[in-house]
Amino acid sequence: MISFTLMVIASFFISGIIVRTKSITSGRKGPSIMQPMKDIVRLWKKGSVYSNTTSWAFRIAPTIYFSSILMAMSMLPLGSSPGVFSFNGDFVFFAYVLATGKFFNIIAALDTGSSFEGMGASREALFSMLAEPAFFILMGSLGLLTGYTSFDAIFQALHFGSYITYALGIIATFILLMITMIENSRMPIDDPKTHLELTMIHEVMILDNSGFDLGLIFQATNLKFALYGTLIVNMFLGNLPLYVTIPLFLAIQIMFGISIGLIESFMARYRMSHNAQFILILSSLSLLILFSVLLLLGNFNS
Amino acid sequence: MNPITLFLLVVLIALVTIPFLGEKQKRGLLLFTELFIVVFSSIYAVDALIGKTTIFLLLGSIITGSVPIVIDPLAAWFILIINFTFLTGSVYGVNYMKAYREKKSQLSLHWVSFILTHIGLLAVCVVQNMLVFLLVWEIMAISSFVMVIFESEKPKTITAGINYLIQSHIGILVLTIAFVWVYVQIGSFSFDAIGTFAHTMPAPESFGLILLFFIGFAFKAGFVPFHTWLPYAHPAAPAHVSGIMSGVLIKIGIYGILRMLFLMPTNYVAIGVVILVISIITGVYGVMLAIVQHNLKTLLAYHSIENIGIIGIGIGVGSLGMGLGNFPMAVIGFAGALLHTLNHSLFKSLLFYGAGNVYQATHSVNIESFGGLIKRMPQTAFLFLIASLAISGLPPFNGFISEFLIYSGLINGWIHGSFIFVLLFVFAVFGLSLIGGLAILCFTKAFGTIFLGTQRHTFDHEPLESNRMALIPMYAIVALIVAIGIFPVYFVQALWLPIQQFTGTLTAENTLAVSSSLHVVQQIGFASLLFIALSGVVWLVRKQLTKKQIDSCGETWGCGYVAPNPKMQYTASSFVRTYRKLSESVLQFHKHKKEISGIFPDEAYHAIHPLDRIETYLIGAPLKRMRYWLNRFSFLQNGSLQFYILYGLVFIMALVTIPFFGYLYHFMVHLLNTL
Repeated sequence: MISFTLMVIASFFISGIIVRTKSITSGRKGPSIMQPMKDIVRLWKKGSVYSNTTSWAFRIAPTIYFSSILMAMSMLPLGSSPGVFSFNGDFVFFAYVLATGKFFNIIAALDTGSSFEGMGASREALFSMLAEPAFFILMGSLGLLTGYTSFDAIFQALHFGSYITYALGIIATFILLMITMIENSRMPIDDPKTHLELTMIHEVMILDNSGFDLGLIFQATNLKFALYGTLIVNMFLGNLPLYVTIPLFLAIQIMFGISIGLIESFMARYRMSHNAQFILILSSLSLLILFSVLLLLGNFNS
Repeated sequence: MNPITLFLLVVLIALVTIPFLGEKQKRGLLLFTELFIVVFSSIYAVDALIGKTTIFLLLGSIITGSVPIVIDPLAAWFILIINFTFLTGSVYGVNYMKAYREKKSQLSLHWVSFILTHIGLLAVCVVQNMLVFLLVWEIMAISSFVMVIFESEKPKTITAGINYLIQSHIGILVLTIAFVWVYVQIGSFSFDAIGTFAHTMPAPESFGLILLFFIGFAFKAGFVPFHTWLPYAHPAAPAHVSGIMSGVLIKIGIYGILRMLFLMPTNYVAIGVVILVISIITGVYGVMLAIVQHNLKTLLAYHSIENIGIIGIGIGVGSLGMGLGNFPMAVIGFAGALLHTLNHSLFKSLLFYGAGNVYQATHSVNIESFGGLIKRMPQTAFLFLIASLAISGLPPFNGFISEFLIYSGLINGWIHGSFIFVLLFVFAVFGLSLIGGLAILCFTKAFGTIFLGTQRHTFDHEPLESNRMALIPMYAIVALIVAIGIFPVYFVQALWLPIQQFTGTLTAENTLAVSSSLHVVQQIGFASLLFIALSGVVWLVRKQLTKKQIDSCGETWGCGYVAPNPKMQYTASSFVRTYRKLSESVLQFHKHKKEISGIFPDEAYHAIHPLDRIETYLIGAPLKRMRYWLNRFSFLQNGSLQFYILYGLVFIMALVTIPFFGYLYHFMVHLLNTL
């Protein structure tokens, strides 16, 4: 429950930090950190415009997308305090429940009958699908290292090993950071600030959403940032007492936001046709983790 | 009188009566007979699942020996799956076939073969005598062939039917060879002889035998590369027949493989590796091809191949668990495979019935011609959506439960395995997660282009929602899909006895491990329920907060363009274009296009047809070569009657003279010897 609450808190400021970092690096002062959240609250108060083409699928989709992310959040622990749910193999549920949300997001985009949104939906479906194996192999390798299969147990046991586990943690952080960028359609994959619909992925999928639903989707994106940030936090937390973990959590989330901002500021978007290759490379990186784990366990010659 | 004999007698009377009845009575009798079969067989099946195996010994004949009819838990599980699908299939089918009212004689044949297929499938599950097994297998194959070719006036249907008939007979041929091998070695037609064979013969030979069985049953199940009949037969058949074929007929192949694994527990590791590798390839290849299909029913057929792959991964995990002595893994693997068998029979029959509704409303199965049907057929759309979510393995529906079990089996093996198996399991997890992702791509495409957006094509009639009788069986299936998703623990518990047939009674330690995985399944059910509840709560909050706000309607945003037309929508092909480009290295496409050129361009077109590369190389190429050689003898078939009479005469002459010469030869030898 603690991790859930903290993630909600982190979600309030994380995109503000990203925006602020980007502003500072480009030599502007930038809006306040809470500005994106204020925008969302404003959207929640607004009325909506629906396209005549859309049906009930379009109206329920943002709700289900949002609650799928809440569900995924409830699986994550924070240090020694477990999530709302914890069972063996909960990372499979985590990945699949996020996929349910994505499914609805995609069909909502197709429901508008717009070719732009279809294009975005097609890209989102393909790219996030390619990222799936990387996550599974990563979590499976950590499971192999620790001998457990739930988030909670894996993250706690991760820190009783040698310091090498922290080296693995760094590669894992890189993979998770990249998965975050893919899942949230950020810079090397997609440019959220682009002005051309043809080059967007996520932004173009929600062109027709407005009002409360658009606010839900934005907040869901913020939560998703916090969600992946928490996964990274857990790589380094171990079972420290709460008065250490909570400040550490916030510090790492802020660093996470800043690094996303920096990546966005200094990297260019890949060509759309190169994205698939890039994403598949993540799988091979996670295989690297697997082999290091096997090396660590001395499992190669058995 | 033996209950089985009585049962068969009742069914026989029904079969004989059906052709003599009017259209309405025919339907009534069919439903009644189906209900009778379902109730009768389910009683024994439920008994077996709670621990009371029923055995009947039919007398048989001199050739076959006595015929044991054994309803054990494994058979019972499949009997229940078959019964449910046939029950929904018959209700749906009766309604579906009203459109073909005028084809009276064909309808009789169709319904007779419908019942025969059901009986054949049930018999395959329970008969434990090799000769009789082949006999009932043949009945099932032929009667389902008759069901497939219902619309026999279409040449495509006949081609598909013949393709199916030939391929299933190649499967039967392989099975016959395997059975004969056992008979030659052991000298009995009873199924126990297979076990004796496994225990008495050296390992390579018993591995060869189980491999033969696997290939024979793989033809029916549709494992790659024996899958090529599926994408033809499913689209050709009427919707309820496709639902039944995909839902249960191909599962009988899975049953066969499981039964043989159970009878031959000697080669678990080797056959486990074979099944696992073939299944991963089957799963990935099936879904890869499914995505690029334009024909809705072909798409669904390729998805059946994918799901057979998933079931196969479960079986592979189970048998590797047995072979490596990792019992929790074995239990979880077999549980995943058996549960996925049930799950797939549910959502796949639902999808085919949905496709049937769409077909009857529009008379088309081309995905590109649909669009916006959600407004015309809201209920079918809803049902199709649930099935799409379930088949993509997404929570809170049933597909997720079985895929989760298979994942946990794999990860369990991964953690406890040695290096080479870790690599194998990583490969399997990679494959399974890729299958999951691709399935989402495929079903967002299918659901999105069929039901969402605006209509791309004007049909002769306005598409209308199907009537209630078509929707009721579909809702029944959805109820079960949701029930398995939310209360999976009851269904997994029902699998205990079938699984213990493989693993033997579990030790205390293993029981503990298994009950902890049962606890996990319970947690998932709870989490799924919470997910549904949470969505409901968010929806209510949204409704409450937006109550005062004013919603308005407008055109879809088109970057300022205000005259959009349906043709400007993203099509199914464009939706998967990036994917197709990526997959071109593996898959094969047949493109033909004529581009616009010149000052006064004329008609231009661009068409892409996905081909099945395995079919092209494995079946197409040898057939071409064979045809080339056989064409050299085409002068024999010259069409003149005189020649044919001559062949007949030559044949009769040969028949007479060859033994005569043989006799002459022996006579001469004898004569020379005496001289």
